[in-house]
Amino acid sequence: MEALDTYRRLFGNYRSVLRMNSAPQMDACRDEAAARWLQAGFPSTRSEAYRHFDLQEALSIDYGMNLYRLGVPAHPGDVFRCDVPSLSTQLFFIVNDLYYPSKRPVQLPEGVLCGSLDAMLREHADLLQPYYHQLCRQDDDAMAAMNTAFCQDGFVLYVPDHVVIDKPIQLIQMFQGEIDIMATRRLLVVLGQGTSASLIVCDHAITSSRYFSNQVAEIFVGKDASLSYYEMEMTHDKTCRVANTYIRQEEGSRFLTQMSGLENGLTRNNITLTFAGRHASASLSGLTLLSRNQQTDNHVLVDHAVPDCQSDQLYKYVLDDESRAVFGGRVLVRPDAQRTEARQSSASLCSTERVQMWAQPQLEIYADDVKCGHGSATGQIDENALFYMRQRGLSEEEARMFLKFAFASQVTDRIELGPLQDRMRMLVGKRFRGELAKCIDCKICP
Amino acid sequence: MKQSSEKHIIEEVTAGEYKYGFVSDIETEVIPKGLNEEVIRLISAKKQEPGWLLDFRLKAFRYWQTLTMPRWAHLDIPEIDFQDIVYYAAPRKEHPRQAGELDPDLVKTFDRLGIPLQEREMLAGGGTAVDAVMDSVSVKTTQQEALSKLGIIFCSMSEAVREHPDLVKQYLGSVVPYRDNFFAALNCAVFSDGSFVYIPKGVRCPMELSTYFRINALNTGQFERTLIVADDDSYVSYLEGCTAPIRDNSQLHAAIVEIVVHDRAEVKYSTVQNWYPGDKNGRGGIYNFVTKRCLCKGVASKISWTQVETGSAITWKYPSCVLAGDRSVGEFYSVAVTNNHQQADTGTKMIHLGSDSRSTIVSKGISAGKSQNSYRGLVRVAPGAARVRNHSQCDSLLLGDRCGAHTFPYMDINNETAVVEHEATTSKINEEQLFYCNQRGISTEEAVGLIVNGYAKEVLNKLPMEFAVEAQKLLQVSLEGSIG
Repeated sequence: MEALDTYRRLFGNYRSVLRMNSAPQMDACRDEAAARWLQAGFPSTRSEAYRHFDLQEALSIDYGMNLYRLGVPAHPGDVFRCDVPSLSTQLFFIVNDLYYPSKRPVQLPEGVLCGSLDAMLREHADLLQPYYHQLCRQDDDAMAAMNTAFCQDGFVLYVPDHVVIDKPIQLIQMFQGEIDIMATRRLLVVLGQGTSASLIVCDHAITSSRYFSNQVAEIFVGKDASLSYYEMEMTHDKTCRVANTYIRQEEGSRFLTQMSGLENGLTRNNITLTFAGRHASASLSGLTLLSRNQQTDNHVLVDHAVPDCQSDQLYKYVLDDESRAVFGGRVLVRPDAQRTEARQSSASLCSTERVQMWAQPQLEIYADDVKCGHGSATGQIDENALFYMRQRGLSEEEARMFLKFAFASQVTDRIELGPLQDRMRMLVGKRFRGELAKCIDCKICP
Repeated sequence: MKQSSEKHIIEEVTAGEYKYGFVSDIETEVIPKGLNEEVIRLISAKKQEPGWLLDFRLKAFRYWQTLTMPRWAHLDIPEIDFQDIVYYAAPRKEHPRQAGELDPDLVKTFDRLGIPLQEREMLAGGGTAVDAVMDSVSVKTTQQEALSKLGIIFCSMSEAVREHPDLVKQYLGSVVPYRDNFFAALNCAVFSDGSFVYIPKGVRCPMELSTYFRINALNTGQFERTLIVADDDSYVSYLEGCTAPIRDNSQLHAAIVEIVVHDRAEVKYSTVQNWYPGDKNGRGGIYNFVTKRCLCKGVASKISWTQVETGSAITWKYPSCVLAGDRSVGEFYSVAVTNNHQQADTGTKMIHLGSDSRSTIVSKGISAGKSQNSYRGLVRVAPGAARVRNHSQCDSLLLGDRCGAHTFPYMDINNETAVVEHEATTSKINEEQLFYCNQRGISTEEAVGLIVNGYAKEVLNKLPMEFAVEAQKLLQVSLEGSIG
């Protein structure tokens, strides 16, 4: 309650500052969202959805918010950690929640809008306004409503009809600052009819301050469009990330997403995917590697609102030390959504007796001509496999590493960009070996 | 297959009628509607209960008053007016019972239900001991003499309170305390009758024990309570069946079943639940809100729940296993059939506290008409429970495009040595299987029956022989004649 009062006061006191520093389209949604957020309050462990995710401690910290949009001295170009060898990407940067204009040359097809959400909303209101805050509005998640209340900037990718972007777009989100910071970020991705694009979003913590990141992504995949969306988190134990991602797929569209957590503190990923047109397909996957006191909650809702769509979920966790993880998956097949095919799978590998794993794979089905299934397994490394590998001369440590790697590769194999897949494998391997996932020439790694 | 013919067959298959909906004209003693401390005192007085039991009831009632009706289940439960229910109804002519005689109407009622109450017929019929409960009281318990020779106690709860107060006092509320949940608290306050079973050390109960519950009186709630204690190295198989007449008003059934299993003992608990499910438009039917739990207290103790749920307008029921003993075993096999406007939210909880404990969950849901059928289950592994093994399998079969099948499993794993697996599928009847059957000369109607039966077989096989036959018949009633 105390934290809620603090932020309520903050919102009231700085309402005019928020108005001054953001596009009018953003500001128009603010009050209604704030009312919803304040009425619901911060999510607590007493609610079913947040039963195992305690935000209380993370919210008790006195964070700074960059409401006046002051520039943060940063050198995003130095972040070689995100460089994907042999994959040429178009790079964009966000520092905390401030879009950072890069001097790197960007080549995009005509009509594509890519960059600061605030600037683009002001310049191309006619194109973007119909999309901003459309998916998020229908959700009752208090953190998403709080994001709308405080949001001032973010990133936008708008691809007009029939445009194909060959080169993947990479957005690097950096946390940097001398003080503890709360960042409120917003992503808006709109793919028109018959388009295709790949977007890679990486979260990095540069300094060791505490961060609270509240992110909302709204993704529209148009008719017959195709989007690959990768998110990777590599922060540290003192970060808290709450990310709400909403996806709406039109007829014949294809969507692929993978969320990887290699290093994090307390992370919550809520994904809500709605099929609005027939014959669309979605592949959702996630790989979470946890150690020490880290925690990740992945909550996925796939809403089959129309017939003839396919969805496939695969979420894997490797838990070490005292880490905790949650998988909450829900497939909703609405009445008349016939010929739906939905698969859902989660698996966890526990390495110590102190880990905690909660899995809730749920199916809610109101149509009969469907093929739906889910599977969930929690266990340890197979002793027989370990024995077999040791027989072949591998050390126990190496054998365990290989088996963990094999477990994880089922998820990384789903990455469609070859160089990114190699890169993820390398990072996962390093992570299992206990090495910092640093790269050659990286100036920020110690 | 053509869509129209498929639809026609499914309609036929799902258009069964409730066979046990008759009302017996038995003179019944009822107390006025309503719930307050006076009513509880009256029930207690009618049953001539000791003071400690009245205190237990009153404590539960006061606690219940602080609670609100749970709404978390995937059920649309209409508002229940707890003051509009009769909490005690008993068939009259209790006295002749002392002399071993029964009201002929009562005997007729149970005969119609296929439950012979006369010892002569019982012996001819085979080795099952029956406790028959109508509305709020147990009307007859058979085979008591044969059982008592082995030291087995099988009697009504009221009798147990009188004859074996120490045992009842020791175990009553030890598995389901009155603070457990809303309906458990209500049951603790107003429970009327039920069965009590005690199997002494090392005894293997030579016959199936069975309780048959019948709601007969109008506007009555049934709140029975069953307590089973299996002492070290003992074994018992216990069966439970239930029916109610067809009435337009819904009736409430909120029971508690408590089971305590000691070292190396085994209890097999089978239920065929066939309360009146309401009519085709969703009018009437029993609200079946039941708390069932077994405490596997002893080392290597075992509980096996098998349930066939075909009746009730609304079912809210999660037979649970608290696997406290090392190497204890919990099993849950369930077939839940919903049709018309029925709603079911049922499943189990496996709470693993002991090391090397194992559990198996097999749940088969069949939804038809406009019904909603949910599986809700919890598998929890406590931090101190090493090498726990669980496997859960939940399948749903949809017959019709207006029904729903839902799966809500929860897995809380707090120990790395656990191996927990869950799998679930939802589909309609496989057309290839139908086609295959057709090819072999089996009509589509028969094939639907075969497939449904085969689908439920894994669970039906776990039922004792006599019950398996009844359960198959029940599936026929619920999903019409082509099955079996």
